[in-house]
Amino acid sequence: MPRVLIIEDDRAVREGLRLALRRQGHEVEAAATGEDGLARLRSFRPDAVILDLMLPGMPGLEVCRRIRVHDQVPIIMATARGDDTDVVVGLEAGADDYVVKPVRARVLDARIRAVLRRTSGPPAEYGTPRTEHHGDLAIDRAGLTVTHQGVPVALGPSELRLLLVLSASPGQVFSRRQLLEAVWEHSYHGDARLVDACVKRLRSKIGEVPGDPRYIHTVRGFGYRFGAR
Amino acid sequence: MRAPRLLRALSSLRVRLVVAFALVAAVATVTTGAFTFREARTGVLQQSQDTVIEDFRERVDTLVPNYRFPPARSDLESFASDVARGGRSDNWRVLAVYRELNATSVTGDAFRELSPAMRESVHARRATVFQRVTVDGRPSLVVGMPVTFAGQYRTERRASGLEVYLTVPQTEEQGYVDALVTAIERATVPALALAVLLALLAARGVLRPVRALRRATRSIAEGRLDTRLTVHGSDELADLSHTFNETAAALEESVTELRRMEAGARRFAADVSHELRTPLAAMSAVTDVLDEDAAGLDDDTAMAVRLISEETTKLADLVNDLMEISRFDAGAAALHLDDIDLAECVRRTLATRGWLQTVHTGLPEPGVLRGRVDPRRLDVVVANLVANALRHGALPVHLRLHGQQEAGGRRQAVIEVADSGEGIPEDVMPHVFDRFYKSDAARTRSEGSGLGLAITAENVRLHGGTVRAANRPQGGAVFTVVLPVGPEDTERRAARPRKGDRS
Repeated sequence: MPRVLIIEDDRAVREGLRLALRRQGHEVEAAATGEDGLARLRSFRPDAVILDLMLPGMPGLEVCRRIRVHDQVPIIMATARGDDTDVVVGLEAGADDYVVKPVRARVLDARIRAVLRRTSGPPAEYGTPRTEHHGDLAIDRAGLTVTHQGVPVALGPSELRLLLVLSASPGQVFSRRQLLEAVWEHSYHGDARLVDACVKRLRSKIGEVPGDPRYIHTVRGFGYRFGAR
Repeated sequence: MRAPRLLRALSSLRVRLVVAFALVAAVATVTTGAFTFREARTGVLQQSQDTVIEDFRERVDTLVPNYRFPPARSDLESFASDVARGGRSDNWRVLAVYRELNATSVTGDAFRELSPAMRESVHARRATVFQRVTVDGRPSLVVGMPVTFAGQYRTERRASGLEVYLTVPQTEEQGYVDALVTAIERATVPALALAVLLALLAARGVLRPVRALRRATRSIAEGRLDTRLTVHGSDELADLSHTFNETAAALEESVTELRRMEAGARRFAADVSHELRTPLAAMSAVTDVLDEDAAGLDDDTAMAVRLISEETTKLADLVNDLMEISRFDAGAAALHLDDIDLAECVRRTLATRGWLQTVHTGLPEPGVLRGRVDPRRLDVVVANLVANALRHGALPVHLRLHGQQEAGGRRQAVIEVADSGEGIPEDVMPHVFDRFYKSDAARTRSEGSGLGLAITAENVRLHGGTVRAANRPQGGAVFTVVLPVGPEDTERRAARPRKGDRS
């Protein structure tokens, strides 16, 4: 049973989400403040976090950053549509996805399940080597670990899934739409900033030089392509 | 095109003033000059001619008694020479005539200045006659005089038959007159120049405030309502500038007030929808719970629960639309552009909503029409237009998408959504994109938020495109969206063959 932590200041929304997600088969805990949420993160060990960005006291973005310091737990931000800068900053701080309030329980549940799938990769195909090497990058598709120059890289669930999708077909160009559907399981018309922010995070984690990437190349006017140089 | 512009330039205030001033100056100088010239010329010539005639008569009277009568040819010659010597200058030429005898002071002189009419006149009237003539461009005074004898009783004078003619060149007098003309001419040019200069100065004095007024008016028209004029002096133009400033101030005040009220109204709508969102978030979260459990409740309660669930969903949609409109009003709506296959985008919009079987589509082949747009907003545009066609029009509904090249070379995508209903009534046509506009007052609210087409129009405008509504000749309404889709990317073209099969 997936464990979900909700950090939401409004009591009605918090209770509503807790009730609805419990009905969807999740084990739910809820916190009213960012500080409380961070405390419960350690005690509850959730599989996913629903984080409201508009929090009294410690802002949601700060909570997101603090979680990411040690933890790669999937984070889904709950925002008001149009809080565009918050979304971008939140994604760059390491959030995996976002939903726009008001959101139906079924939609939120689908997003939680999608983000959880990212950390449980498909079983390695028979006969494929356990670890692929692309330059200094070593990707273990079965163990879902990545090392760069021998040093393990802590990737969030979206970053990891993105890298797996891209590196599975080196040289192939993926459009943002394709990546949105493959990694985030969003609709075709979803927000491509998820992809761009995630690529940015991934590049910095695997030691890409800004402006001259080795592994993940931008194909202007189309999308992204993986290829070790 | 050139002639009217020239005409306009000529009719400008400055040109008119210059022409008027120059005309006045020219007329004044020429008239004055003409009168002066006439008087002076008459004076100069009269005086010289009087002197000449007087001298001539005196000379003849003095000399005649010295000669025998009737004169012989030699007498006539010496008489003519003697008379000619009496002139103040050496320019006297004399012709003495007696019957058939002629003698001139200068030998062989043809005396062409003397006209037959004059000779006749001297002969008949027996009086001194004079005439000004110009021969070969040289002006001369010709005087003719018959010599008479005093009668026995000195009561009558008898013609002797001797006639004396004198020709005096008048070049000197002509010189005076010419000098006068030259002087007048010379006066006219500076006078004209001065007149033009004065006209330009006067024009500037008038035109400067007029031009400032024109600039200020244009500035106001362009929306800079704080434009004011600096008022100089207290003439009519200063009055006009004052009035302009007062009008502008009043206009600015009303516009500011209107804007304040409108901004207030819009902020109110934004605030209300914002405040509604939090309770709605809680309600939306539990609607699925209500839907699931409704089946197990008694009929009345189940109906009530389903009603709450459905209406919560609609309310959430309405609030979302209101928030969206508020962001457009606040200028906070942002485009998130992506390079996509437009046909694929439209197809996905229809597929998501289960309309692929309902709507007849005419879409380009995959990869043919790519463009740089905001996919979410394009989805909203297409979905709203098709929903509108399905709701207010009648089947079949057609959706066509094609690319075109604008005159400036910009690429555009054209989306047409046509239905087969009764079309849009003429009185509704101007309002189809208005917010909450209902063509039929009795129409029920359940047919959408009333913001769909307004949001569509805003989304299209945000892309820099246009949307228009029309009625088809064969019946039904057609909505046409024209979207700029950015330049064809060369790198993308190169990437296309490698696109693979994942789409």
